Amino acid sequence: MANEVSLTIDGQPLAVEQGTTLLKAAQQIGVDIPTICFHEATTSNALCRICVVEVEGQRLLQPACIVKAAQDMKVQTRSERVKRARKTILEMLASTMDLSDAPAILMMMKEYNASAERFPDAERRESEIKDDNPMYIRDYSKCLLCWRCVQVCADDAQYVNAINFNGRGFETQIGTFFDKTIPETTCVLCGQCVGVCPTGALKPKREYLLEQGMKPEEIGVMDTGRRKRRT
Amino acid sequence: MTDTELASLQSAIEPYLPLGRSGLMPALHAAQKIYGWISEPVATEIAKSLRVPLADVHGVIEFYSMFYNEPVGKKFIRVCTDQACALKDADGLLNHLCAHHGIKPGQTTPDGATTIEASPCLGLCEQAPAILYGDEAETNVDLKTNTYDLGRPPSIVYGQIRLLTANCGNGSTTSLEGYGEYVALIKARGMKREDIINEVKASGLVGRGGAAFPTGVKWEGTSKADGSPKYIICNADESEPGTFKDRILLLDDPHRIIEGMTIAAYAIGASKGYIYIRGEYPYIVPVLENALHEARGAGYLNEDFDIEIRVGAGAYFCGEETALFESIEGKRGFPRVKPPFPTTFGVFGKPTAINNVETLCNVPLIVSMGAAEYRKIGTEKSPGPKLFCVSGDVTQPGVYEVPFGVTLRELLDMAGGIANQKKLQAVLFGGAAGAFATSAHLDVKMTFEDLRAAGLPLGSGVVMVFDETRDMRDAFARLGHFFAHESCGKCYPCQMGTQRQMEILNRIAAGKMQEGDLARLQDVGWTMTDASLCGLGQTAASAVLSAIKLWPELFKDESGKMKDEVRGKKKEVGGKKVVAKAKAVKAKAKKRSAKRKTQTVKKKTIAKKKKK
Repeated sequence: MANEVSLTIDGQPLAVEQGTTLLKAAQQIGVDIPTICFHEATTSNALCRICVVEVEGQRLLQPACIVKAAQDMKVQTRSERVKRARKTILEMLASTMDLSDAPAILMMMKEYNASAERFPDAERRESEIKDDNPMYIRDYSKCLLCWRCVQVCADDAQYVNAINFNGRGFETQIGTFFDKTIPETTCVLCGQCVGVCPTGALKPKREYLLEQGMKPEEIGVMDTGRRKRRT
Repeated sequence: MTDTELASLQSAIEPYLPLGRSGLMPALHAAQKIYGWISEPVATEIAKSLRVPLADVHGVIEFYSMFYNEPVGKKFIRVCTDQACALKDADGLLNHLCAHHGIKPGQTTPDGATTIEASPCLGLCEQAPAILYGDEAETNVDLKTNTYDLGRPPSIVYGQIRLLTANCGNGSTTSLEGYGEYVALIKARGMKREDIINEVKASGLVGRGGAAFPTGVKWEGTSKADGSPKYIICNADESEPGTFKDRILLLDDPHRIIEGMTIAAYAIGASKGYIYIRGEYPYIVPVLENALHEARGAGYLNEDFDIEIRVGAGAYFCGEETALFESIEGKRGFPRVKPPFPTTFGVFGKPTAINNVETLCNVPLIVSMGAAEYRKIGTEKSPGPKLFCVSGDVTQPGVYEVPFGVTLRELLDMAGGIANQKKLQAVLFGGAAGAFATSAHLDVKMTFEDLRAAGLPLGSGVVMVFDETRDMRDAFARLGHFFAHESCGKCYPCQMGTQRQMEILNRIAAGKMQEGDLARLQDVGWTMTDASLCGLGQTAASAVLSAIKLWPELFKDESGKMKDEVRGKKKEVGGKKVVAKAKAVKAKAKKRSAKRKTQTVKKKTIAKKKKK
């Protein structure tokens, strides 16, 4: 077919529709490429780099979530260079943040033999839990900066732009205008950011309170954002 | 804040209102000029006026290290502590100033008069140590004699030829009258657009900012791309540590740059140009403004093509071309994913040619001389003149203009050799994102092809010299600090890798290397090199990785053993259980070695004291 391209992934030949990303192409033949920042509903930024693969003829590893399949491309999804990059990225993540609510990443760490203790005396990104609204809590110790929340709050979905970034580099943290509380921002409590958060950094308040050991009947209406029905 | 207090802001930002979000950086600069910092009501007013979401304004202020969202001193002192200045005891200078004012680096005096900050490279390396005092350069600071140069930093130019620097080094800016007619532009306007591009292609000119991309190919791509308007951008965000050549061109001969941009604009069909200059060069901005004014008066700039100046605010990152576009658009300076490339999708999503200052300065030369004549300068594969930024331990630091093809030895001889009759230990080539060379490389010719063969990047033309007495581990730690400070934080390898790299290099510099540090450093380095999103991350480890190859002994711990090799072998042998056991054993050993290390460190300090 004219609009198809043929390529090989890990030695397996396949043909996909033109414009298909390597990530989707690999899925078609059952080859799993790990992802962290990728989400079907948000713009791919190729920033976590966990999905990098080796493409013959390319000097650098290529992010499978955005690079499109091309004719005669030869892709290796598990080469030594790829494995080293993935393992190191995972080890750096584990040394930086609290992954306890991110089972998918913990599984990845097992698969790539990544050690959570690889980087001794490493500075961690730690922060207090921000509990400032009735709908969700923000625990940025668990945030791995996938940007999904910022994106759904902005042009990927809601267009309210309540959140953006504090700092830069390693010190980056998701933040609000002059660190205002959520009710003081343009946030409409739509909950989309909570929905796309992969690590429990954003969590429904009710879930958080239950985890803290509270019983459902102890959780008051004021804590969860539900309106009391007028009788 | 009262309405009257806001009134001055409103009038200051009025010119930027039609720009919308793109006016954000100029508006923030204007606000900071009035108030010294950007408070919440000021940021709110700017956001409302330019119709930018509040959170986004906050994000932009937070990204740029020269924007402040809390009060700072009326006098702002930025002391460069990067490599070239560090060789001239910048740390001592910083400590002295801090002690004098009774504050620590990064703090403001209680009376709100003075803030002192350690700064990344200020681009004044040949007059180290250097300070940015408010908007003024203070250089050659000598605490012993209590002397310094304040004001327009002198342009120190040497070399074998004076083509790009013909009008530089005279102690003043060359006015339009001094520069003369834009003869190359007049000649170009008599040529067909494609002929100009072909001439530039034939000249073999490649980018001088570091990436060495063929300029003619870039122009051709932009000229053929669909979409309008098209843009030409002069990348004057010179921030690579050790680089200062563009500062001299901008300050002494702005008309050469404007002429180069105007020729480029004509060739590619651009109707708008930007000069994006780094925030650490505030004293150049009025010089450029005046030159643009002169060029408008002479009719070289007009309604068909004009140039706007954009000033950065302390982000090395924005030298990356796509991050620079984002910055012009009023956003955080994050790099974009490429492709699409700037030639088709540049600033505001339009076809854009972006060239370095020095690259553009070659353009009038090529058009005037013709490609054939131009190619007589330099070598066959690296034609043309080249500016090298020679700094550090040489007798005569400065910008050296030479034809491509001189050897490193010849260049260092021109610079009077190693200062104080010492011996050469190392040369940092191409900047922080470059690589180290040693005396073994002295006869390498300085051309793209010869340097590539020697595994050295030309980068932005940095040649920073370290004599035999220098502690290279300190240099590595500074490189580590620089990249950790300047990483934008977008992609994981660089965001966390630069931090981990800095931590390990700090340990090595402090003599507190831990077991496995070399392997960690290499894994982090290669992961950044292989998997980072943009050029910054991809080169953030290159100098360190080159150093590991050159001086493996510097990456051994105190006992001289390369512990990593041992560790690697164990791993190969061991299954999971064995590894777990080995870990427990190691943990114990670590405690012991930690004890031992503190002892050795103590010994070391005593030894040092004795030496003194």
